[in-house]
Amino acid sequence: MAKPAVVVDHVSILFNLNSEKIDNIKEYFIKFITRKLHYTEFWALKDISFTVEKGERIGILGFNGAGKSTLLKTVAGVLKPTKGSVSVSGVIAPLLELGAGFDMNYSGKENIFLYGATMGYSRKFIESKYDEIVEFSELGDFINVPLKNYSSGMRARLGFAIATAVEPDVLILDEVLSVGDAKFRKKSEEKVRSMFDKGVTVLFVSHSTDQVRRLCNKAIILKKGEIIASGDAMEVCAKYDELVNKK
Amino acid sequence: MNESNSAAKKIPLKNYVKNAYKYRYLIQEIVRKNIKLQYRNSFLGMFWTFLQPLFTMIVLVLMFSNVFGSSSSGVVCYPIYVLCGRLIYECFSQSTKRAMRSIRNSASIIKKVYVPKYVYPLSNVLANFVTFLISLTVLVVVFAFFYIFQREAYPDLVLSWKFPLIIVPILLLFLLSFGCGMILSVLNVFFKDIEYIYEVFCMLLFYITPVFYKVSNLNLGGKAWFGYILKLNPLYWIVDLFRSCVLVNGFDWNWKGFAYVLAFSVGSILVGCYFFYKKQDKFILHI
Repeated sequence: MAKPAVVVDHVSILFNLNSEKIDNIKEYFIKFITRKLHYTEFWALKDISFTVEKGERIGILGFNGAGKSTLLKTVAGVLKPTKGSVSVSGVIAPLLELGAGFDMNYSGKENIFLYGATMGYSRKFIESKYDEIVEFSELGDFINVPLKNYSSGMRARLGFAIATAVEPDVLILDEVLSVGDAKFRKKSEEKVRSMFDKGVTVLFVSHSTDQVRRLCNKAIILKKGEIIASGDAMEVCAKYDELVNKK
Repeated sequence: MNESNSAAKKIPLKNYVKNAYKYRYLIQEIVRKNIKLQYRNSFLGMFWTFLQPLFTMIVLVLMFSNVFGSSSSGVVCYPIYVLCGRLIYECFSQSTKRAMRSIRNSASIIKKVYVPKYVYPLSNVLANFVTFLISLTVLVVVFAFFYIFQREAYPDLVLSWKFPLIIVPILLLFLLSFGCGMILSVLNVFFKDIEYIYEVFCMLLFYITPVFYKVSNLNLGGKAWFGYILKLNPLYWIVDLFRSCVLVNGFDWNWKGFAYVLAFSVGSILVGCYFFYKKQDKFILHI
């Protein structure tokens, strides 16, 4: 068996809710002197463990605030786990909220290179993918217009086109397949599907069990930072629908 | 459990070197972006890199050689003297200010994609240095103007083989800006007040760095200690070394000053990198 693509090993994440708010010296000193620097501890993830083999597509379900995005951020390497460890083998393309690496004053074309570099690709490599990206994003002449004049759908299309064109080993999709119009949604689902054949590993966050059923073969449900169900996508989705209906 | 625990907390330092190589494209792209966007939508575009130092030099010369009197006595060529000081000071203050804001300005990326975070202060300082190097042409132009057309008025102005040596103070300036920029960028993540405090500090720095005056011309009276304090400022020595290459008559290359600035710059980089390395995992909780 090849090395698993993603191993999440007993990961817990702690947020100090208070420490996120103090960002000026005055407040800090006042609180420090009056000894009001106590923090409310909040465990966003509690002892999460799972393994994703190469080529597996895992759906992550859960209500708002269950820790789905925190989990993806941890896998992407943005957040350091407080306890435990995460290891990923291969190139990882995070699609957490498309277009995070874009600059609004830059044109679409320039942003393609900037975003590519943010993911660690050379200008030359992106140049070889450039036509494919422009064609897939359907931007046409808009590619030379500054991004601030784009519609949100156009931005999402561009981001999606870049992140999938570079053929990553692990793709992280955070509710991104719900952007754009119906036509583009269909097209992007097809694109992701075609990447399955090349053996890409997918971590997919969605609220739609239909999408998870269509795209994933495994799934987990998160609730308040804990895994409450995992296994075959069909079964887990059925369970999730049950949870939703109970509410 | 314990093993994986410690492994999760710190990435070994050697990985950073490997990362720097992998992310060299990102550094390139950010440098390119900053330069391209700086003057976009202005009519004169890149010309402002020349015009801005030229105009501020003219303003300073008008004010301090006429209105406020005798700042210029004993200086080989006052306009060039002012221009050197102002170029160095402006480069330092702009580089550090931009590095300071770089982490906060890139919050949206840092929150979503893993990138080594030092890339942002580093590439902002680099971008500023590229524009600084371009703006040095204004020094060449002004020098040529006085050397060719104003020969009689400034007989002490000579073109020397030392001119290319300005690269040494420029490198020192880069090290110093990068070190201070790293420290400021960390501080700014945790305390946004630093931005305002630093603005005032830069104003102070402008006056304690001999941009438009000469320390030996100052009427210090009994307060000779004040002169020593001025010389603690590393920018004082960078400006001094820079001028000793451009205005060879009147300035000597000061090895002690050189050693002091070198130690100060390397020290600031060590402190900055250590500080940054220690705190970078917490950035995401504060931006």
